[in-house]
Amino acid sequence: MTTVEERNYKVIGTRPIRHDGADKVTGRAIYGIDFHLTGELWGKILRSPHAHANIVRIDTSKAEALPGVRAVITGRDLPVAADMEIDDGETSLNTMHLSNNVMAHRKALYRGHAVAAVAADNQHIAEDALALIEVEYEVLPPVLIGRDAMKPDAPLLHPEQTTKTMAYRFDPGTDTGDKSNVAGRTEMRLGDVDEGFKNADVIVEREFTTNWVHQGYIEAQNATVLWNNDDSIQVWNSSQGTFNQRQLMAEILKHPVSKIRITPQEIGGGFGGKIPVYLEVPAAVLSKKSGRPVKMMMTRAEVFEGTGPASGSQMVCKMGATRDGKITAAYAELVFEAGAFPGSAVGAGAQGMFTTYNIENVLIHAYDVVVNKPKSAAYRSPGTPQTCYAAESVVDELAKKLGIDPLEFRIKNAAREGDRRADGVQHPIMGNTECMEALKATDHYKSDLGGPNRGRGVASGYWGNAGMPASCAVSINPDGTVSLAEGSPDIGGSRVSLAMMTAESFGIPAEDVIPSIKDTDSIGYNGLTAGSSTTLRNGVAIAQVAKQAVDLMRARAARLWETDVDNVDFADGVFFSKAESELKLTFKEMAGKLMETGGPISTAASVAPRGAGPSFSTHMVDVEVDPETGKVEVLKYTAAQDVGVAIHPSYVEGQVQGGAAQGIGWALNEEYFYDGDGRMVNSSYLDYRMPTSLDLPDIDAILVQVPNPDHPFGVRGVAEISIVPPLGALANAIEAAVGVRMQELPMAPHKIVKALWDKESESNGAG
Amino acid sequence: MRPIEYVAPTTVEEAVAALVEKGEAARPLAGGTDILVQLRGGRRAVDRIVDVKKIPELNELSYDPQSGLRVGAAVPCHRIYEDDAIAEAYPGLMDAATLIGGIQIQGRASLGGNLCNAAPSGDSIPALIAHNAIAEVAGPGGRRDVPVEDFCTAPGRTVLGPGEFLVAMRMPAPPANFGASYLRFIPRNEMDIAVAGAGASVVMDGDTVTECRVALASVAPTPVFAEEAGAALVGKAPSDEAIAEAAQAARAAAKPISDMRGTAEYRTHLVGVLTTRALRNAIQRAKEA
Repeated sequence: MTTVEERNYKVIGTRPIRHDGADKVTGRAIYGIDFHLTGELWGKILRSPHAHANIVRIDTSKAEALPGVRAVITGRDLPVAADMEIDDGETSLNTMHLSNNVMAHRKALYRGHAVAAVAADNQHIAEDALALIEVEYEVLPPVLIGRDAMKPDAPLLHPEQTTKTMAYRFDPGTDTGDKSNVAGRTEMRLGDVDEGFKNADVIVEREFTTNWVHQGYIEAQNATVLWNNDDSIQVWNSSQGTFNQRQLMAEILKHPVSKIRITPQEIGGGFGGKIPVYLEVPAAVLSKKSGRPVKMMMTRAEVFEGTGPASGSQMVCKMGATRDGKITAAYAELVFEAGAFPGSAVGAGAQGMFTTYNIENVLIHAYDVVVNKPKSAAYRSPGTPQTCYAAESVVDELAKKLGIDPLEFRIKNAAREGDRRADGVQHPIMGNTECMEALKATDHYKSDLGGPNRGRGVASGYWGNAGMPASCAVSINPDGTVSLAEGSPDIGGSRVSLAMMTAESFGIPAEDVIPSIKDTDSIGYNGLTAGSSTTLRNGVAIAQVAKQAVDLMRARAARLWETDVDNVDFADGVFFSKAESELKLTFKEMAGKLMETGGPISTAASVAPRGAGPSFSTHMVDVEVDPETGKVEVLKYTAAQDVGVAIHPSYVEGQVQGGAAQGIGWALNEEYFYDGDGRMVNSSYLDYRMPTSLDLPDIDAILVQVPNPDHPFGVRGVAEISIVPPLGALANAIEAAVGVRMQELPMAPHKIVKALWDKESESNGAG
Repeated sequence: MRPIEYVAPTTVEEAVAALVEKGEAARPLAGGTDILVQLRGGRRAVDRIVDVKKIPELNELSYDPQSGLRVGAAVPCHRIYEDDAIAEAYPGLMDAATLIGGIQIQGRASLGGNLCNAAPSGDSIPALIAHNAIAEVAGPGGRRDVPVEDFCTAPGRTVLGPGEFLVAMRMPAPPANFGASYLRFIPRNEMDIAVAGAGASVVMDGDTVTECRVALASVAPTPVFAEEAGAALVGKAPSDEAIAEAAQAARAAAKPISDMRGTAEYRTHLVGVLTTRALRNAIQRAKEA
């Protein structure tokens, strides 16, 4: 393995201005909603006011009669989708569920569930038309909490749904035939936990609850769709994967993929939430019915209530360790609320839960449970922030009971190369302990807290990252620049990092690469911009296309120099003859000679890389708790993360800081607040309480670089892991500050005050 | 879509006429930071908006150390806190004016609008009560004065009758050794609605409190004038015990509900904490005055 220093990169590791920067800072970038077609209509969705109800009757006649209304649709206007599982990159999806989620058929399964849609000459007419649609509901009792939904007498959301049992994350599973709200039950087993707990001197067992949270991307879901007279469908939207959405639309609409073209517009954040389709399908059907292009955009309340937040959970976590600090066993029971349809991230959460540590005996029972809430979607390291919050809280308590420094305890038990995850997979080369050691070396770790009611917490985390296919093409321009065509929407700065890997390959400056993101007809298949895989997989494709282009250019140089191609080499941006040292051409010079040596050169490659380097990270945070109000001030934050090779360090740091910021929000204040009828009552940014800039400290990002040996540029995913440690780190810091162990998220001020009261009355009782 | 008529009278009389004509379906607009959001969100429906900003009297801000402060109902927050003399004389008002919304909102939002919106959480209302503010109301029957503590009658409802609107608020000149403060609790550090708020003012004579007013936000259907809390301190030195007694009286005056912003139990607790802190702050300011 080479270190990043030994690789001697010229472009990689520098911080050039991103290629899309000027457009974005001047407001000229075209986001989904900025795209317009002549004659476009506005579409709006009518949503269920009830969390659980049979749809008895829908009468759209009054809405259809309203002047300016061009089409009205309900679930009946969608084809009956096949009951079929499809791989969705980060999670698997069932086509029928997906279809029922974008437009309810017969049953509304959560408040905000789409039941009808209209297209009209403008937004106001569309809104007025919604009010004219008559829906008769038979309201059913809602099931809102996972543990309640598992009870034998719980109302069933899907009366025909049976429980499947699984042994690992993407296991197709075995059908038990038991009708239940439990869609899946996964058991991950390593070693013998009973034996492991017997060998423990200290055991800690705790229950944890986390609430639903939203990704909180700024740009609301939107789509402009034209279903043309030749039955071709064109979509302009912002998503995390054009090819994935093309496939989902094809399955739901029973339409050939080749007749659907998706053109990605700039995207204002996704974090996993823009993987599924929502508006694209009703907009397409409205367009077909009206014969006009249809534009739709969600309000913020619709985004909260009608898209895919992250699951709430109820968890039990038990861990044991010997007196000298070796963790001997770990057990967990994880109940994840999938929302209205199966498919929570509980499998991923289970996979990542104890993976930071080398534990020989692990048993995890994971339940995927449907409840009357929106269908959960991926959110940055899906499932793992919840499970690691539980695990890291218990690890901290074990360390405290054993009198060992929490960071030392983690280093002592840290997983290393060759150790196994709970599902048996062995760890490749990675930088887990390196992150912990890097934190230990900081001034932050050595500093005093500087006041009363302050505490310091650490927590670690793991995320497996994903591979997924990618396709890229390069063409060599006569002025020595390179056009890079790719097909992965750029959310976190991938254009510039892909351009930098291209530039490195050709020995030219990053500015001399011109990246652009193509529609689904103009580039080969690309997986999702998700799973922290965009830079990784496109880097593999870029290494291939660059090699192909360089080889073709070597042949041209050989022709010029009247020598064999094997005599021509390329290094540091220069073609040179191995036979005659004076024969040299820079990349730029050679690019200018292509037309006279046989014509233009362009190359393309499609790849499906394996060996996504896993991510490890440890965070440390100082907080001050106001014991009278329960308010937590985050004072200081340091995050150390193994980033493989940081292609553009600024954007890697941004990913680390962004995940930490979202994790702080998840830990302290964000939650879906439901009333007893299953209505979310805080569906606005005012009341949902994401952190603002004034709620966040400077977040110090330490980039630990342990290159991924399976990648041409040493890249490993960097975007998701940063949201995993903050929840546990904050819980541990609060415990250190005021002595209460918060077992429920969010750790809102009123809960901390309550915990302090309980602690006081306990100690009074004991005294 | 409901069409809305916009009128911008330039005299009080014209405004009254414009309001009277449409009754409940007309609504005055000053900075618009509440009503526009309510209209857009479908939480309020009107046929006519009467923009009162064009009436000169509603934009007047005058302060005299003898006669006191008069704030036109449409004067935006930033004009108040950018006036050094007013900022020094009315510290509780200052706390509130700098808390409402963000900087951009403070460029439009008025204290008059905050009062007329009559939200239980209105941040300026307890401060106005602490400063003994009187609301000046104009209507078809002429003008009348209403003490601010009597202005709000229910969430979003006020004493304003048909055709009536708020013209200005008057506050007496602060006596010597006066101090005031407004504090609210929000889980974040900005952009939030008070879970609870407390405003307090004191007049000191040596180490004795001679006057004291306490008012609360977000703990009842309307802002609360906690008279007993103020009375608990009058005639006493502001010892920890005396302040605790006042805080206890404030807690007793609070009638909070549990909702997404906090439980009733927690809000009552916060009233005690915030009243204590606001009183301490006001006393400190009185000593420095």
